[in-house]
Amino acid sequence: MSLPVLGPLIAAAVMLFLRRLSAQRFVSFMTLGVSLVASATTFVNIWDDGVIRVVRMSGWPGSFAITLVADRLAATMVLVATIVVTIVLAYATGQRAPDERSSFYHPVYMVMTAGISQAFLAGDLFNLFVAFEILLMASYVLLTLEGTNEQVRAGTTYVVLNILESMVLLMAIGLVFAATGTVSMAELPARLAELPDGVRMGLQLLLLVAFGIKAAVFPLFFWLPDSYPTAPSSVSAVFAGLLTKVGVYCLIRTQTLLFPGELGNVVIVIGAATMLVGVLGAISHRDMKRILSFQIVSSIGYMLFGLGIGGSAAIAATIFYLIHHIPVKTSLFLVEGIVARDSGSSSPDVVSGMARRSPILAVLFLVPALSLAGLPPFSGFLAKFAIVRAGVVDAQWVGIVVALVVSLLTLVSMVKIWVGVFWGDVEPAAKVSTVGVLRHQRLMGVSTGMIVALSLAIAVAAGPLYEFATLAAEQLLDVAGYVNAVRSA
Amino acid sequence: MTFIRSAILDELVDRWLSKVAALVALYVTFRGHNAPGGGFAGGLVLGGVFVLQFLTGREPHLRHRPIRRPTMLLGAGLLMALGTTAVPLFVDAAPLESHIWKPDIPVIGEVKVVSSMFFDLGVFMVVVAVVLMMLLSLGARGSSLVGDDGGEVS
Amino acid sequence: MSLSLLILVGVLFSVGTYLLMERSLTRVALGVGVLGNAVNLLIVAAGSRPDEAPIIGRSGELTDPLPQALVLTAIVIGFALLSFVLALAWRNWSITENDEVEDDLEDRIVARRAEKNSKRGDVPHHEDVEQ
Repeated sequence: MSLPVLGPLIAAAVMLFLRRLSAQRFVSFMTLGVSLVASATTFVNIWDDGVIRVVRMSGWPGSFAITLVADRLAATMVLVATIVVTIVLAYATGQRAPDERSSFYHPVYMVMTAGISQAFLAGDLFNLFVAFEILLMASYVLLTLEGTNEQVRAGTTYVVLNILESMVLLMAIGLVFAATGTVSMAELPARLAELPDGVRMGLQLLLLVAFGIKAAVFPLFFWLPDSYPTAPSSVSAVFAGLLTKVGVYCLIRTQTLLFPGELGNVVIVIGAATMLVGVLGAISHRDMKRILSFQIVSSIGYMLFGLGIGGSAAIAATIFYLIHHIPVKTSLFLVEGIVARDSGSSSPDVVSGMARRSPILAVLFLVPALSLAGLPPFSGFLAKFAIVRAGVVDAQWVGIVVALVVSLLTLVSMVKIWVGVFWGDVEPAAKVSTVGVLRHQRLMGVSTGMIVALSLAIAVAAGPLYEFATLAAEQLLDVAGYVNAVRSA
Repeated sequence: MTFIRSAILDELVDRWLSKVAALVALYVTFRGHNAPGGGFAGGLVLGGVFVLQFLTGREPHLRHRPIRRPTMLLGAGLLMALGTTAVPLFVDAAPLESHIWKPDIPVIGEVKVVSSMFFDLGVFMVVVAVVLMMLLSLGARGSSLVGDDGGEVS
Repeated sequence: MSLSLLILVGVLFSVGTYLLMERSLTRVALGVGVLGNAVNLLIVAAGSRPDEAPIIGRSGELTDPLPQALVLTAIVIGFALLSFVLALAWRNWSITENDEVEDDLEDRIVARRAEKNSKRGDVPHHEDVEQ
């Protein structure tokens, strides 16, 4: 179970000795393959019996040791993350971007993979902080690897904001420790419950702010659409698909394990505002990558809305949305990368008529785009339907209206991309040949196709998957089960 | 290119400060198990020596030091630290679990060796490597952008 | 937790936050350092009682060593963050020959469009639109 964390780290260390790119690529894919098998095994085992797996560092008893804890949600997230990371790396290899050829790209990418897995598996707050730092440090490097002016500018915003987030998180952890004398997530629920209301709320707000910055929640989202578009497409695809989800995952943990059901209304309001602001930003921009980046913010709002409602149905809907959103958003960014590589830019001022030149690429864009906008029969429709249904049960009418309007506006922003980039005549000024957008970029095309297929698979297998999400949600709400599993390990 | 041109400083740093500091660094690293110190502190002390050497204008010295490629040192340090994490997994122990050997060495007597010492050594190497890499990429290239009189080259 | 430490933490926090909001990247880097120290000090001060050390072999009571361990880790991470910001500042300086963080291009485009659209007298409050 510790393999998805340890493996990539060891691989990163080994790769520092390898000078040849092909050797580095080989080590990367081998490692990811091994982690894939390991995380799939853990996932299947937990799917079977639902027993929480715990790994303790240095052999201390459960609530003292640094622990890695895998429950249903964590195991699923690790598996999905490993799959996405692997496919995107294949894409990056096919893209042959200048940064992938740097001798640091592969080691840093591995470190980021390890950080993401560790964040999902962390069993205590401080371990979570360390995991955050590992993945953030790697993401800083990946974002600015080319070192162009634009990247340095955007990287600065990203780095400073995320350092601020780290400081707030660290402060929150320090204060939690001062108040309760522990940072173990298994011991915290009981100890936090004994605290006076004011102290507890203060600690919760600090944690929410810290994770909220990471998840790009209103009003702390502005760094995201600023920085993501400047990274190479393969990098921003992983960022878009996974990094903000780590923040959402931590918010889910905070709201279910540490402070179950508290401040739900605040989270709902923030969620609704995030949805709205994100989609308005998406509509006001023209650049494809910018629009996609703002849509991330708006999707985060949906997850927060579901999380704020609470209860097993709403949490299950949130989990389903979380899982569906990862491949959908990643594939949109990957399509953008293919367009940008073919025409030198993905701005509608430069590109048009992409659908005529490559119908396959148009389909690869259309499927996740419609899914994100929430049109049936795609996975996005099911995810949004589940969240709205949970809202109806809880009578959150304002939130539901916002969710539906935002869904429509998301479609509008997608249409904007479609009209600008894919429809219309082929730009006569384009120096590229009129055929074979994908022919020269086969590996990129295939890996994008695989992610799109993954999102379609989620739609097809929605029934069992939703059942699984319900089980995962029930396990999340069963705080005593988590505590006992870690204590008795 | 020199930042501080002073024969005394040069002599002082190069002749004995660097050697003494290197010894101190090792001492700090190895006492880390039961007393304040450890790999990070030791690495910083040795890193400080390299920075001092750089500041006294021994920048070419940096290029000809025994460690040509700090990247390798970084990798070795990481491997060592991660190895201490992973090896216990193969002998059915928890990751990072430490083991204590107490071998009798003829002259010195009983020596206590803890497996977590290798972790500390790994950290030591990583810190030294990072300082060297910073000096190489920022210091050496940075100083080429600055004129000899300290002013900027346009 | 002693009052003097608390005041020091407060001062460091305000200094760090102020520096972080500057446009100059060198000051931002300094702010990151100061802010990191503030947080570390806060954890040590809040997490353990004064006059007690977590060192084996000393007389007197032992305090909980966990905050020290946390802070040690945090210091290492802070070291890495600070060096990254410095590298970023250096890169920025070697490209643009100044130390300032520039405005975002797309943001300026949007702001300009917003200004064109508002045909009435109220001009949007973006000072740097006309550049």
